[in-house]
Amino acid sequence: MSKNYFEILRPGINSTFQDLGRFNQHHIGIPMSGTMDKRNYLIGNKLVGNNNNISAIEFAYQGPLLKLQSSKVIAAVTGNVNFKILRANSNIEVGECYETFELNDGDQIDIISTNKSVYGYFFINGGFEIEPFWKSFSINTMAQIGPNNGTKFSLNQKLFIKNKESKFQKKRIEYLNSKIEFIRVLKGTNFNYFSEEGTNNFFNKEFTVSKLTDRMGMRIEGPKIENIIETNIKSEGLIKGVIQVPGDGNPIIMLSDYGTVGGYPKIAVVISADHDRLTQLTPGSKIKFKLVELKEAENLYKLYEIETKNILNQIR
Amino acid sequence: MIKNITNLGDAAVYCDFGNQIDQETNLNVIKYFKNLKELKIEGITNITPSYNKLIVSFEPSVTNYEKLKNKIIDLKLHNKENQNSKLIKIPICIDEEFSLDIKRLSKKLKMKYDQIYNSFFDKEYYCYMTGFIAGMPFLGDTRKNIRLNRLETPRVKVPKGSIGITEQFCNIYTYESPGGWNIIGNTPVKIFDKSNQENPALINPGDRVTFYKISKQEYRKYNE
Repeated sequence: MSKNYFEILRPGINSTFQDLGRFNQHHIGIPMSGTMDKRNYLIGNKLVGNNNNISAIEFAYQGPLLKLQSSKVIAAVTGNVNFKILRANSNIEVGECYETFELNDGDQIDIISTNKSVYGYFFINGGFEIEPFWKSFSINTMAQIGPNNGTKFSLNQKLFIKNKESKFQKKRIEYLNSKIEFIRVLKGTNFNYFSEEGTNNFFNKEFTVSKLTDRMGMRIEGPKIENIIETNIKSEGLIKGVIQVPGDGNPIIMLSDYGTVGGYPKIAVVISADHDRLTQLTPGSKIKFKLVELKEAENLYKLYEIETKNILNQIR
Repeated sequence: MIKNITNLGDAAVYCDFGNQIDQETNLNVIKYFKNLKELKIEGITNITPSYNKLIVSFEPSVTNYEKLKNKIIDLKLHNKENQNSKLIKIPICIDEEFSLDIKRLSKKLKMKYDQIYNSFFDKEYYCYMTGFIAGMPFLGDTRKNIRLNRLETPRVKVPKGSIGITEQFCNIYTYESPGGWNIIGNTPVKIFDKSNQENPALINPGDRVTFYKISKQEYRKYNE
């Protein structure tokens, strides 16, 4: 029997399989999940010649150390990531993001850290030998669903791969993960629950991303947002990007593994075009919010889509 | 019927069925949910029913707020029989190890522990919705004397199986998760079973639920 897997020599901090997410399960409490940084996900799959539905390994802060036990594979890393390739013959190569490379039997890839960002992605041509759950390969660790029994990667485990024979072709693009000055938002459905001072603070003062930030949500700290109506609402649906403000006045931004309903007033919603850059903000980062109108948000998303397409079209 | 439609961000339609929280309003929400779901409208990524709201989220590169809003307004509802409602009995242990917020409740409501629990157990509840985390049922209505707001700062981790109350509702934490409800006990019952892909939630909207007390010993033995 031929070997065809990666052995996990170090799992990394929060390494999971992710794809574009799990649709239409909100009514039983299952969020979309899926990749935190969609553009980096799409770029990586395009580089290694995969379609958009082939799951990537997503990692946070520190990625995994993987040893290939297989014939060669074509791989790529996206994000702002430091990594090394430890060849079976003891040569060490410094890895470059946004370009394809080959891994051979016995080679190791050591994903050391993400640089001034949270999430990075590792792709192989053909993808991994995993089963979808409710039509998605995304691991939801909260509900424990998805491949790998819905759990993060662990030490010494094997990640089986689909052996797809493909001729190696060097592919690379120049891509710089841009920083964001403002997080652009639309007014939330409970905007008028907050005092004028509260909403002024929200749009004019700086907030800091707290350590209580994960795939589910991001808590931020800054001036307290004063509620003048009611600190609770009747629980209702949530989506990625919604900013809830609980009674303590500290906003919480919903991210990919959000709870599907919530009962704190919604002051604002982050526009779809800014999701990727929002999720990459590390604890301690400073952020400011900027109010936009729906039409503008829609146009900004169109622009985001066009930019993404242009980047993908550069990969041939 | 829908009282007001607005946008929630640039990727969701927010349908408000009014401020009233009762079974009639909720059945209306569920009817819209079922009818919309059947149409399989392109671009919709999720439809989320709650007590008195329905949120329809979508992929903004495929459709937009205006288009979907009009589709929802023009929706021709056809009556659907409600699924058979079940009565489910859930055991709870209220040992101090599990009743994390009984002290807070007792202080804020100015009631003795026993009084709170008597009010809680002596009631049949209706399931308005499931969500927040997988399979979590939102049940109502609790008796008026034990209604209280959520915690000011939600817990980062609420233990799996916890029974929480807030305002006129109670719920069951099907997994360990963050949460802000007042925790009064814990159940050993598996409320969400992912291995049952067709019907993973034990309690579904429209079902009825009663709770009964078990000892710590019975709790420990429950899953043996």
